[in-house]
Amino acid sequence: MKHVVSIEDLDNKRIMNILKRAKQLLPIAKGKKISKALDGKILATCFFEPSTRTRLSFESAIHRLGGNCIGFADPSATSHLKGETLTDAIKMVAGYSDAIVLRHPMEGSAKLASEMSEVPIINGGDGAGQHPTQTLLDLFTINEEIGKLEGLNVGMLGDLRYGRTVHSLSQALNRFKTNFFFISPESLKMPAHVTDELNNKWSTHESLEDVLEKLDVLYVTRIQKERFPDIEDYKKVAGAYKIDAELLQTAKTKMRILHPLPRVDEISTDVDDTKHAAYFRQAFNGVPVRMALLEELIGGKNE
Amino acid sequence: MSENLLRVQPIRNGTVIDHIKKGRGRKILKVLNLSESETTISLLMNVTSKKKKKKDIIKVEDRELSENETEKLALLSPDARINIIRNYAVAEKKKIDIPRIIVGTVYCSNDSCISNNERGATSKFKLLDSENITIKCIYCRRKIKEDEINFL
Repeated sequence: MKHVVSIEDLDNKRIMNILKRAKQLLPIAKGKKISKALDGKILATCFFEPSTRTRLSFESAIHRLGGNCIGFADPSATSHLKGETLTDAIKMVAGYSDAIVLRHPMEGSAKLASEMSEVPIINGGDGAGQHPTQTLLDLFTINEEIGKLEGLNVGMLGDLRYGRTVHSLSQALNRFKTNFFFISPESLKMPAHVTDELNNKWSTHESLEDVLEKLDVLYVTRIQKERFPDIEDYKKVAGAYKIDAELLQTAKTKMRILHPLPRVDEISTDVDDTKHAAYFRQAFNGVPVRMALLEELIGGKNE
Repeated sequence: MSENLLRVQPIRNGTVIDHIKKGRGRKILKVLNLSESETTISLLMNVTSKKKKKKDIIKVEDRELSENETEKLALLSPDARINIIRNYAVAEKKKIDIPRIIVGTVYCSNDSCISNNERGATSKFKLLDSENITIKCIYCRRKIKEDEINFL
């Protein structure tokens, strides 16, 4: 049985197959075509911490493929608070469903669940750990927007220290000969455990202007207030990394900006109307990518 | 070897842990909780080996090490050798190896790791490097180096 715990578990061939299938599924994801591919299948979404985007896009994905969905969005409605272990919860839910999406605050919880479950586990984010379907939809978006994944100049900007999306995306893009530009304040720079494993060119920068004109993709993450003990420090740093339409004048015409959302004010709303803004399409892409993954994991066994 | 054995009385039955990394003997006593043992334990420190290198030696009377104890010993001093003594003679010599997967021996140093937060969960680590000991939690993927290892 296949589980999707970490992007490292997926080889390039499997990734490319999922991206290819996601593209074919676009008309169904948009509701222009109807599919019954997963008719009678039940997806369980077990969210031990809230995440609206991930949960809703998985629910949309299973519904678009004609399947059904059960689950919870908030652990306070479950036996979790009565002291039920994750292991017990997973064994129970596995009996009610064909696959489980798990979101949990503890790192490694999806791996533990995969050891216990009789149905495929999809990691929907485990604390500061892994979030492989986010990485898949990021890869899909880059491929769709730029037309290829190989050999791109990718800038990552913002909180590179704690941002798990940029860690996983770096690991994944590393297999596609990416040239990395890491742009962040010193205190939030990309940790060594990520850069140590990169075998392509990478460089660190404090200012976006220094590298902007070279970039094919700029991946922006939110700088979180709670990372700064002093609110004044936060304001200084956050202000220095704010992107607006004027700043982007030196960028390549085809350069695209991605952001896992939600944004606060790191990307000004005047960027939304420029050709660079890809982040809302990126958020939509969560649906076709998750459809492709669900089809791969639980499709093809209909009577 | 024989001279070293004479410095402290030879044991009749039990286990001699030889070739312990110099200075590591005391930590091994502590981690394996040998001082709580009912039997006699001797620790020799800074013994000169045949190859003129310094080493520690521990003698544990009337018992052998369990699998779990051997696993801990391997992580603490991978070059150590275990000699099983029966009736004053070496009955068996054992090299120790760090297992490829280390189960239920080491704490994950990540407080947010599920292995530290789930009742009944067992820690599991993959051995990445046995020279400069490095292990990796199979759950949260944190890498832990030799001096950061905390034993259960």
